[in-house]
Amino acid sequence: MYQYNDFDTAFLTERNAQFRAQVERRINGSLTEDEFKPLRLMNGVYLQLHAYMLRVAIPYGTLNSAQMDMLAHLAAKYDKGYGHFTTRQNIQYNWPKLRDIPDMLDDLGTVGMHAIQTSGNTIRNVTADHFAGAAADEVADPRPYAELLRQWSTDHPEFQFLPRKFKIAVTGAEADRAVIRAHDIGLQLVEQVGEIGFRVIVGGGLGRTPMIGKVLRNFLPMADLLPYCEAIVSIYNRLGRRDNKYKARIKITVHENGIETIRDQVETRFAQIRPAFTGVDQTLLADIKAQFAAPDFAKKSEAPFTAAYDADPVFRSWADTNLTAHKAPGYAIVSISIKKQGDTPGDATAEQMRAMAELARTYGHDELRISHEQNVILPHVHRADLPALHATLKAHGLATSNIGLISDIIACPGMDYCALATARSIPVAQQIATRFDELKLEHDIGELKIKISGCINACGHHHVGHIGILGLDRAGVENYQITLGGDHTETAAVGERAGPGFAYDEIVPAIERLIAAYLHLRNSPDERFIDAYRRLGLAPFKAALYPAVNAGGKADAA
Amino acid sequence: MTRAFTPKVLTANHLLEGDVVYLSASGGWVRDLAQAEVLTNEVDAQIRLIEAEQQVDTVVGVYLADVTAEGQPKHFREDFRATGPSNYAHGKQASTQAELN
Ligand code: SF4
Repeated sequence: MYQYNDFDTAFLTERNAQFRAQVERRINGSLTEDEFKPLRLMNGVYLQLHAYMLRVAIPYGTLNSAQMDMLAHLAAKYDKGYGHFTTRQNIQYNWPKLRDIPDMLDDLGTVGMHAIQTSGNTIRNVTADHFAGAAADEVADPRPYAELLRQWSTDHPEFQFLPRKFKIAVTGAEADRAVIRAHDIGLQLVEQVGEIGFRVIVGGGLGRTPMIGKVLRNFLPMADLLPYCEAIVSIYNRLGRRDNKYKARIKITVHENGIETIRDQVETRFAQIRPAFTGVDQTLLADIKAQFAAPDFAKKSEAPFTAAYDADPVFRSWADTNLTAHKAPGYAIVSISIKKQGDTPGDATAEQMRAMAELARTYGHDELRISHEQNVILPHVHRADLPALHATLKAHGLATSNIGLISDIIACPGMDYCALATARSIPVAQQIATRFDELKLEHDIGELKIKISGCINACGHHHVGHIGILGLDRAGVENYQITLGGDHTETAAVGERAGPGFAYDEIVPAIERLIAAYLHLRNSPDERFIDAYRRLGLAPFKAALYPAVNAGGKADAA
Repeated sequence: MTRAFTPKVLTANHLLEGDVVYLSASGGWVRDLAQAEVLTNEVDAQIRLIEAEQQVDTVVGVYLADVTAEGQPKHFREDFRATGPSNYAHGKQASTQAELN
């Protein structure tokens, strides 16, 4: 993992001192709210519905145990004993007091963490595949490049006032777990005749106008990463619209100008600035890479795993659902679900965070990850240690076997916390998860991605959920719109709107009808919801969602 | 024809605590909607709003929110602001409970 050097530490200390002084000046009245707001946003501080909210960056979702312990400390000392992990691999604290925030930032600084550029029209936290460095299917670990991008983009003088926010995601595998096609820039490490480089995708995004990103370059040599990204952001900075907030993201710039024009301009700009990158970035990259060296993998017998797997059905179910293939023999990637049915998706208590940190220290080579699906990952665990690890998880309410299933729901904070929300998302997620748990159906249903947003901004990724739910305000009443067939992976697709929305008390029964229809329609238990949807189209699912309309003879099923 | 004025309360977030506050009849900021002054006169409401907007070192984001004649929120967003989130009793529900205990 990347360790801060003297430069990083000095920069952060100074920045935190600046912010502390800004907070003081706000409190003593020398700064108005209008003056203070952009300053606090640059440091991750929002004012939400019931309180301030501090959003802390977890660069490319990677943490060590000391950092996770620090997140727990902040939750216990300054918040109400928990934190909320987000779809951008960040953590949000929902209840800090303004006076405490500078102390929180200083505490974070002691473990090399910050909240810089987690808001505002800047380049935001760079996200990555949460299985990076561990996945059996990757070309290379994408995190050194993500770290290079983090350093380049942090406080980059040219990019502090972009037309709108700018998000970059990186993956090292063909199987896309980082949603790179729904980011302003998506980068995929690819191999071409023995050389590693990047496929560069641009102009993806969700929100009001969802767009799937387009390929800008099929193969970018590794050494060109920074100048090429700088060229993209610089062209966006010039062409991106500032007259209309809803048309300001690069997806609209690409859409309005056309990918060819954007490509021409980026290549021209790239040719101009490339000579300025004289190799310092490559020296830096080499240093960073050394810090991401794979851990010393242990070689030991897997017998304890096999014994537990054969003897304990609860362990077996968890192992079958929550483990992923690791590149090292004998190892597994563990996904810890923080989506226990009925709980708030993405929330972990301070005590749970400490337990997970301890597990990482004991069994996980000191590494943890946060996934965009709002779960916690222990990327490197030897299979022999899994039974003991599972027992500890159980003791902390962290052993839910539901990764990838119907109760593993992405939900944004929605109107329970977010000032921009038009409806709640959390209780909808809680009720769906609880209902299908009662029905004991979720393992039978199999892989299913439900994603819920509390407004059109789509932080809950509803457009790319197999089932997407968008909460709206219809004449002063919460109303939920369903989209179907979305996909966040390498076969990315934006879901199709199923029809009129549902009231708050109608949405769970509607989902239940939808799932009943799927179970009936699928041609085998192996056919996932998304596959059945692709084979059959919207019509039969729509018929299940709107039975009354069909009974009245107005069936739109073709 | 101008639209008839409907009852309002003056609300904001507290600068230091961040939580939801309302203007009371005595001119102070209170945390409980039940103690807020229900404004039924438009001129009165506008004057209070302008005055409150001057209090930049106490409150943030002052606005008038619609309520019923009895002072109950008209929109569900204001309901949540008055009570707190629905997943935990961490907002005003917590202090209401504390008072009851
Ligand atoms: S989708 Fe809307 S409601 Fe949900 S977190 Fe984003 S801005 Fe808030």
